[in-house]
Amino acid sequence: MNKLTALLAGLLFGVGLILSGMTDPAKVLGFLDLTGAWDPSLALVMVGAIAAAMAPMALARRRSRAWLGGAMRLPTRRDLDRRLVGGSLVFGVGWGLAGICPGPALTLLPLGYWQGIVFVAAMVAGMLLFRVLQSRGGG
Amino acid sequence: MNVEWSLFTPWSALAGGVLIGLAASLLILANGRIAGISGLLGGLLDGLFGGSARSGQEGRGEAALFLLGLLAAPLLWSLFAAVPESHFSGSPAMLIVAGLLVGLGTRYGSGCTSGHGVCGLSRLSPRSLVATLCFMGAGFVTVYVVRHLLGVAV
Repeated sequence: MNKLTALLAGLLFGVGLILSGMTDPAKVLGFLDLTGAWDPSLALVMVGAIAAAMAPMALARRRSRAWLGGAMRLPTRRDLDRRLVGGSLVFGVGWGLAGICPGPALTLLPLGYWQGIVFVAAMVAGMLLFRVLQSRGGG
Repeated sequence: MNVEWSLFTPWSALAGGVLIGLAASLLILANGRIAGISGLLGGLLDGLFGGSARSGQEGRGEAALFLLGLLAAPLLWSLFAAVPESHFSGSPAMLIVAGLLVGLGTRYGSGCTSGHGVCGLSRLSPRSLVATLCFMGAGFVTVYVVRHLLGVAV
């Protein structure tokens, strides 16, 4: 059952990404291009998503177990560190170069654009590079 | 600032956003998991390539199925309507650099647009607020530099 809800959530998330325009890198870059011909649409994606998720997240925080019995795995850290800031800045540069973030990257994959395939391969390589750097005690 | 109203798609953006928020709500309430794509994918990769301390067997199946759902979404969509076209820019080299930075940065920063931007901000997490300001700010600056300082036509 928990696999079914996970699959449903993934499908719904992906359909939302397509509907919102997030799977079109040109639209994402149009949002990030503040000083050009600015397209504010993606701000409304955030507004819609946060408005829909806020009450459920508050409800989740008051529960110790999920509906299907699993542990409620909410992040608990509240400290700010250099990794959070540095990592997010690096991510933002990559996002600004291609207009693709991890969710839309995966949803683009089956559409068969070579750019999507190249991007996902590089993104996975970046995640594996993180593992290598981690195990060397770097970062 | 010069808003390009002809590109503005408020209703599909809002509706798509609501679906994303509902999907994240379903995953947290039913499964107890944060719908952070870089975290779920990174966790799966950790599992595939030998366990670090964080990569328990627990929950790997549901993470994989969530990501499978993301991959299947355009196929589901295409049963009812044509999937909107995507427009890319940049050379293969630029896409590779961008992908590497996104993969590396989201793992160091513990999240991306979904985990920090949607789930984290909905939970009023101060870490996610800082992360979101950082990646949005870096995204704005990067596009400014590429398009307006370097003049790369995209």
